[in-house]
Amino acid sequence: MSQGTQSVIQAEVIVIGGGLVGTAVAYGLARSGADTVVLDQGDDAFRASRGNFGLVWVQGKGHDLPDYSRWTQSSATRWPDFARALMADSGVDVQLRQPGGFHMCFSDEELIERQSRLQTLQDALGDYPFQMLDAADVKARLPLIGPSVVGASYTPQDGHVNPLKLLRALHTSAQAKGARFYGGMQVDRIDGAAGEFCVTAGSQRFVAPRIVLAAGLGNPGLARQVGLHAPVAPNRGQVLVSERVRPFLDHPTVHVRQTDEGTVQLGDSMEEVGYDDNTSTHVLEAIARRGVATFPLLREVRLIRAWAALRVLSPDGYPIYQQSASHPGAFVVTCHSGVTLAAAHALRIAPWVMGGAMPDELGAFAGERFLTDKVFSHAH
Amino acid sequence: MNDLFGGAVDAVDVVVVGAGAAGMAGAVALAGFGLQVVLLDEQGSPGGQIYRGVTLAPLSRRDLLGADYAHGNALAQALASSSVRYEKGAAVWQVTRDHQVSYLRDGRLRTLQAKAVLLATGAMERPFPIPGWTLPGVMSAGAAQILLKSAGLAPTEPVVLAGCGPLLYLLGWQYLRAGVPIKALVDTTRPEDYWRARRHLFAALRAWPYLRKGLELMRSLRSARIPHYTGAEHLAIEGDAAATALTFTVAGKAQRIDARCVLLHQGVVPNIQFSQSLRARHVWDVDQLCFSPVVDPWGELDVPGMFVAGDGAGIGGAQAAALQGELAALGIAQRLGRFDTGQRDEGAGPLREKLALNLRIRPFLDALYQPKEANRIPADEVIVCRCEEVTAGDLRKFVALGCAGPNQAKSFGRCGMGPCQGRMCGLTVTEVIAKARGVSAAEVGYYRIRPPIKPITLGELAGE
Amino acid sequence: MRTDPLFQPVTSEVRSTRTVSLSFNGQSLDVPAGISVAAALLMSGINRFRATPVSESPRAPYCMMGVCFECLVEIDGVPNRQSCLIEVAEGMRIRSQEGARDLIFQAGNVQTANEQTVEVQS
Repeated sequence: MSQGTQSVIQAEVIVIGGGLVGTAVAYGLARSGADTVVLDQGDDAFRASRGNFGLVWVQGKGHDLPDYSRWTQSSATRWPDFARALMADSGVDVQLRQPGGFHMCFSDEELIERQSRLQTLQDALGDYPFQMLDAADVKARLPLIGPSVVGASYTPQDGHVNPLKLLRALHTSAQAKGARFYGGMQVDRIDGAAGEFCVTAGSQRFVAPRIVLAAGLGNPGLARQVGLHAPVAPNRGQVLVSERVRPFLDHPTVHVRQTDEGTVQLGDSMEEVGYDDNTSTHVLEAIARRGVATFPLLREVRLIRAWAALRVLSPDGYPIYQQSASHPGAFVVTCHSGVTLAAAHALRIAPWVMGGAMPDELGAFAGERFLTDKVFSHAH
Repeated sequence: MNDLFGGAVDAVDVVVVGAGAAGMAGAVALAGFGLQVVLLDEQGSPGGQIYRGVTLAPLSRRDLLGADYAHGNALAQALASSSVRYEKGAAVWQVTRDHQVSYLRDGRLRTLQAKAVLLATGAMERPFPIPGWTLPGVMSAGAAQILLKSAGLAPTEPVVLAGCGPLLYLLGWQYLRAGVPIKALVDTTRPEDYWRARRHLFAALRAWPYLRKGLELMRSLRSARIPHYTGAEHLAIEGDAAATALTFTVAGKAQRIDARCVLLHQGVVPNIQFSQSLRARHVWDVDQLCFSPVVDPWGELDVPGMFVAGDGAGIGGAQAAALQGELAALGIAQRLGRFDTGQRDEGAGPLREKLALNLRIRPFLDALYQPKEANRIPADEVIVCRCEEVTAGDLRKFVALGCAGPNQAKSFGRCGMGPCQGRMCGLTVTEVIAKARGVSAAEVGYYRIRPPIKPITLGELAGE
Repeated sequence: MRTDPLFQPVTSEVRSTRTVSLSFNGQSLDVPAGISVAAALLMSGINRFRATPVSESPRAPYCMMGVCFECLVEIDGVPNRQSCLIEVAEGMRIRSQEGARDLIFQAGNVQTANEQTVEVQS
């Protein structure tokens, strides 16, 4: 070899991406005994994982794609075991709580829309418990609710975790099971064909028969090199985080939740603004207004931070899971629900990568679905 | 004019943030050029930290603090007789790249739309992370000086001053003048530091007034026969619920001084919260061991129309800050069409000469009082992030797990995510991670700073 | 808890005689007008301002310039206020900040104090 500084690292599987998606898959792989390498970017990378709201959320997801709803439920029901495994392997309690979650409605139109969406899901899936609550019902369960809440939808499966602890637990657990992490890696190129992929990142080279692309917004460019199609784009979400307060809210709600540490998170916006992860005042103000309307006692709480992070969204908003037909052994895994789906990624995607059957639900998530003239919407 | 969410937005020519030396001088100069200027400051009276409370301090206190402090009064008077709209008690919580400045005053959020913004947010003391530095009774020397300037308060019992740097000695000198007993000066400066600094001595000699003042100050401390330990290492505060003693070693010999009040200082660093939140380019200053924003000769950041003057762009002291404020004013006024580049440059000539003279002593001071590595990159058990109580050892564990920099340290352990928003730990976190990874601080980088820069309530943000 | 003050007025200073009365954890204090709450507490023998929400460790002012957030106290029912940035005022009720603020308790408190301004749902 001409470059003397170049070293080659061999593994059974290379995971590109050290966020929630990549580390969850890597943990699953390492746990099953696969020799796994994880390539992560540097400190200033766009990291969806860092801006995460922390919900393990089932309610309303996949109303126009029941397979997504099934996939989501399959992860949510696996979460308790998954959290225990993480605890055992990392010593980190990710603070999983699944007490059921509320989606607050501020108008009758919203209530009707919720009812319609959740009824559609129940009709399609059968086992899909939910309740529509009027203001008095909500108040009975959440006494601190504000007067402008006219009702809520509730499903018992919803929960939340501490997303930062989850990221740490995944890093720690994967490494405890033997996965090797390489930080500051900017992948330049993927070469090779079935059974022998070579990833070049600066002066480093990594070689493995299997490769998982979990690089978030980096996936479109990487996918192309191994015959996959992953047209994801950034979607900005803004989140407000408060000072620590004593526990006042056990249940997650879709826009307000209290972390185990006491901070209150308020979210979140959906904005297509390209790679701009700055915060914007008018969006933050709208988030604050909704938060105060939901729980008026939050009015006096001090904000510590306003966050903006870029979600990784495909044109229809659903994940892309696929093994390359032209480059078998190359997989793309990309979604924007890295917390909810972490259990499925570790427990169901990893076995598939190592040669098992593709999980039943995933047939609908190939990237080729976007190779049409159809106009997609992720407003669901 | 309305902003995007229906609140009233005032349009002005220039907003100046911070009423210290640079902000007052810059605002007054801008107003002198016929520009409409709003000067926002968090305190109740102008002066910043260096001239804190200068307009309110009784004469006896001003006299005690020395002539340099009284100098701030001239600037404050110039401000008072200018057309600058000075708003006190204004906590600026957000500055955007398109020159909107949002602030909280009297419990209400307001926003100004400016054509240019001058950030004059000055310096803050470098963190001094040693065992026990979070205990009540341990304060920064700057804090003690603020108590002296703003309230005429000094320690009750003989006090221990520890660390290095001009502010520490100045405070000692001021205490002597006030008749406040000093129990010991525990200096981390070693004799070999003088040798390292010596190569800058010649330049410093050409800033003789500065150097002379410093020498006189040190001489008066010596002649007061204060116990003065030099080359102190392994500094630690003892105590359970509050400080009871300072321990350290000198030439390997253990020392212990009982004290309920220990004042720490090891230099000041630029306050870069706003320039960082604007995503302006910053570089690691290898001499001052801190990040500074990259500015052009007029103080403009790589964000058009956003200017920085004073210590916020690199430590130069109060007089240099005032000159930089005037230079930035020239740059802004030219940019806003008050005069052409020729007139601007002509006006700048004498200011630049004075500035160069003022800055001549810096390399000498930076080399002489460079804070010691052990007091910047502490042992495992020392708390680095005071808010979230994250230790240096925690950070090293995060690095072992693949944490490459301060922003991932937030994810791994909430480091820097408390109410101070990383101000008290940012530099330490960068340096601890750099050392653990075996790379430069420049490569590790700094926290991404997010609004609100000053705390606001949810209700205030919601406009309720 | 009051102990011997860490700070006191310098003797050389000619002082204004105007004072204000405040209370700290129910104890009344007379302090000079025009100074910060943090300065007032320090000169009154208050050396511990708060307990941290993380480990309940004792803390007191460190920077006195609004940077460190160590001087947080409750003032007139509002928790987590930076006492180094707030000037003393006659009748101020100050309490040490014991850990994280309690929204529910606080809301109830304010309601009884001033029923017109707050609409807390209980």
